[in-house]
Amino acid sequence: MRNTLIVARRELGGYFATPVAVVFIVIFLALQGVLTFNLGNFFERNQADLAPFFNFVPWVFLLLVPAITMRLWAEERRLGTIELLLTLPITQAQAVVGKFLAAWAFCAIALLLTFPFVITVNYLGSPDNGVIASGYLGALLVAGAFLSVGAALSAATKNQVIAFVLAVAVCFVFAVASYPVVTEFLSRNTPVLAEVARRISVAERYGAFTRGVIALRDLVFFASFIGFWLFLNTVIVEHRKAD
Amino acid sequence: MAALIEIDGLTKRFGSFTAVDNLSFTVERGEVLGFLGPNGAGKSTTMRMLAGFMTPSAGTSRICGHDVQSDSLAARKSLGFLPEGAPTYPEMTVLAFLQFVGRIRGFNGRELAGRVEHAVALTSLAGVRLQPVETLSKGFKRRVGLAQALLHDPQVLILDEPTDGLDPNQKHEVRKLIADMRAEKAIVISTHILEEVDAVCTRAIVIANGRIVADATPKELEQRAPSGKLDDVFRELTLPKVA
Repeated sequence: MRNTLIVARRELGGYFATPVAVVFIVIFLALQGVLTFNLGNFFERNQADLAPFFNFVPWVFLLLVPAITMRLWAEERRLGTIELLLTLPITQAQAVVGKFLAAWAFCAIALLLTFPFVITVNYLGSPDNGVIASGYLGALLVAGAFLSVGAALSAATKNQVIAFVLAVAVCFVFAVASYPVVTEFLSRNTPVLAEVARRISVAERYGAFTRGVIALRDLVFFASFIGFWLFLNTVIVEHRKAD
Repeated sequence: MAALIEIDGLTKRFGSFTAVDNLSFTVERGEVLGFLGPNGAGKSTTMRMLAGFMTPSAGTSRICGHDVQSDSLAARKSLGFLPEGAPTYPEMTVLAFLQFVGRIRGFNGRELAGRVEHAVALTSLAGVRLQPVETLSKGFKRRVGLAQALLHDPQVLILDEPTDGLDPNQKHEVRKLIADMRAEKAIVISTHILEEVDAVCTRAIVIANGRIVADATPKELEQRAPSGKLDDVFRELTLPKVA
């Protein structure tokens, strides 16, 4: 655990030592602001909730989270520091989880900085802050899910562009799996897969959180989803570290 | 007492290409082994396997009696490793980087500060300790890599081209440092600079095409050529024979 946190701390420090952190946070906040207030019709809806805000979070994360994860392992390979990191007395799992935690903490910081939305809606009306809190929890879990996918794919390649594109593509699949377009297509051809698609959909699970429903099975879903990809990440690092 | 480094039948194949072919040797405490060979002879591959970064196709290696594959963490604790090209995290300052490595090595508080200071002093980095590594010259970067490997005063040091990119004065200092540490450690250095073998090594192994072609003291090697020059012996041993 100690080693995991040391790796996480170094990694998180790395974001703030480079322009990555500032660029990411500024773009994230700007996109969320524009989408919520303009496209989301925050004011015209005349409802005291953050539904327009939360609706866009997965899509913004879909674009921005792979931008964080693409460098996670690919950069270590490019610099050769992977050789240093993995010959220090830490296990691969500690390095994998440490890097993931750093990226997740970074996303949490970005989400925390959206607090003016909460203040705005509380100033204008009296929203159900429980629903808002549950929405934030859901958003954090979506970030974690996308991060775990991106981190594993970053370990599979030395090329950051490939890591980014693959991560967006795979995250997109998990984001739209429950959309009618997909499920209707699947149920026409292979009905079994339609049900599977609905169950593995990150968007579907996230939807429950934004409505204020925190169900144990959804928490278990996210935990196993992240766990699975981190496990895969460890296996990929083990097998491809020296390539 | 067993040798600090024991390599037995170490082999690495990449597809049909055999980079390291059934290598066996031991290094005792007090020895500085110069690892010589033309580019692509398998020097770095051997060092990577010895450091536990690369998984050998066959054979075993032990550091201080710990198998590098099955008892990896224990082996890595007794090892200081300078990877090829001395990779470091570019955005970190020298001090932050060494503290990171020190923490992973299990040091804390006052002891950590002491270790870092000692390593900084040994490698003459005091003047640049607060500079980000990316702003340093090649020679300084190499010394940061060296400081990292020396931090925990390991019994076994594996240094891949420790003096590459250093100016003559710095080379002299590093060689003196290696000579000073020799008594209580087993040290392996790879190098292209044959005069270095004369200057610091107690023993030299020449490899070509992944196999040991000579294993002797520098003096004995020199006597093999009529000219008495290491250069000539090296060429004789490593150039393909003309029929």
